[in-house]
Amino acid sequence: MAIALVSTTVFFALVVVAVTHAPGWPQVRSQFFDWGEFKATFPEIARAFLLNIKIFCIAEVFILVFALFLAVLRGLPGPVFFPLRALAIVYADLFRGIPTILVIAMLGFGAPALGLSYVPKSVVFWGIVSLVLIYSAYVSEVYRAGIDSIHPSQEAAARSLGLTRWQTLRSVILPQAVRRVIPPLLNDFIGLQKDTALVGTLGAIEAFQQSQIDTNATFNFTAYLAAAVLFVAVTIPLARFTDWLVARDRRRRQAGGLAA
Amino acid sequence: MNKRLIPFLAAIAALAAVAAGAVAAPGSTAASCPTVTDGQLTIGTDNPAFPPWFGGGSKTSKWKINDPSTGKGYESAVAYAIAKRLGYAKAQVKWTFVPFNKSFAPGSKSFDFDINQISITPARAKVVSFSKSYYDVNQAIVVNKGTKIAAVRGIKGLEQYKLGAQLGTTSYQFIKDRIKPAQQPSVFNSNATAVLALKNKQIDGLVVDLPTAFFVTAVQVPNGKILGQFENKGKTTDSFGVVLAKGNPLTACVNKAVTALRGNGTLKNLQRIWLAKATGAPILK
Repeated sequence: MAIALVSTTVFFALVVVAVTHAPGWPQVRSQFFDWGEFKATFPEIARAFLLNIKIFCIAEVFILVFALFLAVLRGLPGPVFFPLRALAIVYADLFRGIPTILVIAMLGFGAPALGLSYVPKSVVFWGIVSLVLIYSAYVSEVYRAGIDSIHPSQEAAARSLGLTRWQTLRSVILPQAVRRVIPPLLNDFIGLQKDTALVGTLGAIEAFQQSQIDTNATFNFTAYLAAAVLFVAVTIPLARFTDWLVARDRRRRQAGGLAA
Repeated sequence: MNKRLIPFLAAIAALAAVAAGAVAAPGSTAASCPTVTDGQLTIGTDNPAFPPWFGGGSKTSKWKINDPSTGKGYESAVAYAIAKRLGYAKAQVKWTFVPFNKSFAPGSKSFDFDINQISITPARAKVVSFSKSYYDVNQAIVVNKGTKIAAVRGIKGLEQYKLGAQLGTTSYQFIKDRIKPAQQPSVFNSNATAVLALKNKQIDGLVVDLPTAFFVTAVQVPNGKILGQFENKGKTTDSFGVVLAKGNPLTACVNKAVTALRGNGTLKNLQRIWLAKATGAPILK
């Protein structure tokens, strides 16, 4: 313990000394860590960050539902459902493969360019749609892993009790599967939370775009730091919350073996 | 260009530089006006290089839309005029791609100066050195013909519309400070996306500098029109300067060159050649 403490202290001290004694440090400090600049830009970036939170919250709800639908589609048994299974596979492959920024640009600028009056022009709307499409592909894989991890005997037992396939899925498989994948699900949401910044490329002023505006106005990068602080302020509690959720779940399951 | 040719050409350029040095180019010595590469002036700009700032097209795949080394277009012409004043022949000037963000990032610079329609502001001048202005620019607004905003005749009337600007330009600041619109303006990362949003009518008006506005309406948005330009005065005076590393001694040399070019009418003349069209737009008050 003592050794670990000493080595950690020495390591970080060395890093700090190396960085602060670099010949370019004064310039790096004034262009990345300028407290006055931080204070000046933070309030407006914080206001812009509300848009990130809005995008995140709306997208998350749709992702959870749509991804589950995809995962269930992919788990359908039998040759009859092959087309649907194939569709789900192609979907997951495609949307995990295309760069997020491309999907956002294609929908955000491409869809309104069609000039159809009933197609929304709002870039935030299309930003959310893009994030839902992309993250659903990832999250459906997470769900699928959860579903696959439930032992087949569970399904066999449920079916032998007279439950239909649908009832088995809904009351036996999914509740267990979802519980198991909560940590990776939240992991994806941390990624989603950061990717909301990409909606800024469509012109919407969210936290990152606002920090870019500030950076370009003053040639000082400290505004990025202000945006980073806001993102971290949300992701770290989210990570701790996940840990707590997992720990609570483990406690409950180990409590008596009878509790659901 | 053949890659293997480059070192060869560089060697020739270096030789030429030595030769040029021998005949003593006017008003510059390597000691007081140092450059990144001896005997060569390295000038940075963004890619694609848009008209009317750059012209003459591009024959290389490296430069899109325009190759800055053609000497055509206002900024290319000004850059070569400065280079000549510093004692560099056309062959001794090398252009390098510098994204806007990179022009002010800390650390050593890959260019001697960067010319990319960058507005001089006091805040920016804390981080980089600016030359004196080589162009005093007016902001202008481009709209789609036949839309509601196209009937507006003054700054006041623009308040209610959704406006946009390109990131890193002073146009955004202009919208915030002078137009003060009710709706949050949009800010686009590139000229291409800003123009697309205008075409898509995702924004009602795009604020850009006046010469760019002429390019936008002439080439990029056929259905666009310049609603008007805004006066360049008071708090919103806007001038372009070339960017150098903070404290670069070359700044004084470039300043001398720019002052001379302004004094002897070269800048005016180049503006007449390359930006002639970019003056006749109604002024919105």
